[in-house]
Amino acid sequence: MRRAMTKRLGFFMGVLLLGSFPALAQPADGTTAAPGTSTADHSLFEILQQDFKSGPEVTAACLTCHTEAADHVMDSIHYTWEFPHPTTGQLLGKRHVINAFCGNVVGNEPRCTSCHAGYGWTDMHRPPPRQSTAVDCLVCHDRSGAYAKLSTGAGHPPMSTRGETITGAPAKPVDLRTAALGVGLPGRDNCGQCHFYGGGGDNVKHGDLSSVLVEPTRAVDVHMDADGLNFACSVCHVTRSHKWAGSRYAMRASDPEGTGLPGQRRDVATCESCHGAAPHPADLTPSGLIGVKMNDHAGTVACQTCHIPTFARGGVATKMKWDWSTAGRLEDGKPISTEDYTQGDGQHRHTYLSTKGDFEWGEDVVPHYAWFDGQMIFTTGDQTIDPAQVVEVNSFEGARDDGVSRIWPFKRMDGRQSYDAGYSKLAYSHVWGPTTDTAYWTNFDWGKAIEAGMKAAGMPYSGEYGFVDTHYYWPITHMVAPAEAALACDACHAEGGRLDGLPGVYVPGTRPLGLPVVLGLLLFAGTLAGVMLHVALRLLTGRAHHD
Amino acid sequence: MTERVVRIYSRFERFWHWSQMALIFVLLFSGLRVSGVHRLSSFETAVTVHTGAALVLIVLWLFAIFWHLTTGTWRHYVPTSRGLFAVARFYAFGIFKGEHHPYRKAYWRKHNPLQALTYLALKLVLFPAIWLSGLAYLLYGLWDGVPEASDYLAIVAGIHVFTAFVIAAFIVAHVYLLTVGHSFREHVAPMITGFDTIDLTPEEEAYLEADKPCSLK
Repeated sequence: MRRAMTKRLGFFMGVLLLGSFPALAQPADGTTAAPGTSTADHSLFEILQQDFKSGPEVTAACLTCHTEAADHVMDSIHYTWEFPHPTTGQLLGKRHVINAFCGNVVGNEPRCTSCHAGYGWTDMHRPPPRQSTAVDCLVCHDRSGAYAKLSTGAGHPPMSTRGETITGAPAKPVDLRTAALGVGLPGRDNCGQCHFYGGGGDNVKHGDLSSVLVEPTRAVDVHMDADGLNFACSVCHVTRSHKWAGSRYAMRASDPEGTGLPGQRRDVATCESCHGAAPHPADLTPSGLIGVKMNDHAGTVACQTCHIPTFARGGVATKMKWDWSTAGRLEDGKPISTEDYTQGDGQHRHTYLSTKGDFEWGEDVVPHYAWFDGQMIFTTGDQTIDPAQVVEVNSFEGARDDGVSRIWPFKRMDGRQSYDAGYSKLAYSHVWGPTTDTAYWTNFDWGKAIEAGMKAAGMPYSGEYGFVDTHYYWPITHMVAPAEAALACDACHAEGGRLDGLPGVYVPGTRPLGLPVVLGLLLFAGTLAGVMLHVALRLLTGRAHHD
Repeated sequence: MTERVVRIYSRFERFWHWSQMALIFVLLFSGLRVSGVHRLSSFETAVTVHTGAALVLIVLWLFAIFWHLTTGTWRHYVPTSRGLFAVARFYAFGIFKGEHHPYRKAYWRKHNPLQALTYLALKLVLFPAIWLSGLAYLLYGLWDGVPEASDYLAIVAGIHVFTAFVIAAFIVAHVYLLTVGHSFREHVAPMITGFDTIDLTPEEEAYLEADKPCSLK
């Protein structure tokens, strides 16, 4: 079955590469399969026609046919939340890293693991559940819309009206039968339930992944355009055995290989893997001359740099600043909130929460640009930091001459978050825990919350905490604008242009009064002055001569 | 020696001169935009126009080089010291005393020695400098993999831009000198009609009358 799907995907990609009426070849619902092309109608399967009582029961039914699927998923980062970095050697993944948002998973499990692609991971000290029925098939494959995950249920769906889902919608009992009968290949809404809402709300984290992408316009994303190409996420994030191409820990910053033959390149989500390494038409026409130059640029800038002029487009803002240090202001002993930011779609966003501090939001944000070799380095909890500096919670390297780097756009979030002031290390904090007397969101006591967080993480704690300014980087790669909306040359080729100050590039047009121009102007002015003098002398002496 | 009105600028030479002039103005204007000196067009338009005009001028130059070599016209630019000092002295002093231009054009010497030397310098130094730096600039994509490529590009661009200003300064002097000696009109006319008054040896006159009567008026 999986092989058949892979084959179909391969054919689909082939159609795309040939460019023959891609719009007609697209399914209407943002999945990778056109309706009616599957060889199986799951609604006819008897084993799925049950009144399931829980998610794992559905998974058990799925596994009767898809015998290897659970093993595949359990071996993927969607399930392990663990990523041994192949070049830096760091052990990363949600299970281990500290970020500039809610901080850390450990100690806050049922809330954070509500987005786990499984059921019941309630303790980060232990690996995710190993029984095969702990895999959540429906979160990715439910096409009926009936399924959802409870925001505090360690991955389980809501079976009552208590609480809310991971997208912030009010919870209601999930009709698992409908969901099981309505499975298919994942659409954008499937992936988006988790990936659009990371960090506790719509587009909080990434900046280029928001609910706008469920049904985006062409202007927001030319590939996912609901009325156009209508790509599902997995059109680019190709899969093999439930492992997806594309990673924010170890990215391909450049892809000189370009397109592969049909059946090749099943492991890349780069622009070049479809568009090639020299994608702009290059010839002797006016646009072709510029095409030559733009193809030259591909050796310096990532495609995303020009083709994603701004991020957080389409009406949903992204969080640009999060200051945890101001959290805890209470009125009459009660937490307060303000909603002073109104985003493009009219919704109000929190600018202060007693639980989380102050926020700043941004839409149509001009990215931060930097050389990037694709490898993310994290400041993990065991590393010593310099609290006098801005701490780069994650960082990266890159330079013109390393052979792989390109200039990439980034969302750079400014944070101010807790650290262990005695040991100079980033702090783990216990924020979620409605029933504990240490969780910050319930008790508003940093001392207790950090002590509990450090204990949960198994880290020594000096007992003193403070707050440090931090940066957190997200490479921007979604919300690719239509070609006509790509950055014009002048965006960089002008004084104070977007790449101003970056090393390793010479950008014509940015220094109108550079040395060559100044020397040239002096020579030119000198010549003019000489001519004027000559004229003046001729006039004077000519008059004298005639006199 | 007889003074005759002779066609000294062939049709190709005039075409070359004026189309080169137009292209150089286009290149200067668009080049200044690329450098950021003015912002009267978009950067993209300036790069397109600059590249296109440069390619056309390269083709024109290939023809011109071929023409110079095959027609022997290159000999007009062979430097000579004969009369050079007299011309320089005239521009520096004589002109203010109401003297006449010391140089008399000949059939195989249609430029005065200073003029010929200047054009030679233009053709052997300034034009190659701007072409080579321009081609290296344009074809950056072919060598951007060498270490410190962007630093070299800055040097290449610097040479290119500075040379452009030198050429612009040449144009100022070139146009100004059209007002020296004869009137501006009399100076420009030969490059339009092809005909100018020059000294012919009896042999040249006989040859032209016999073989190229259309070159004589």
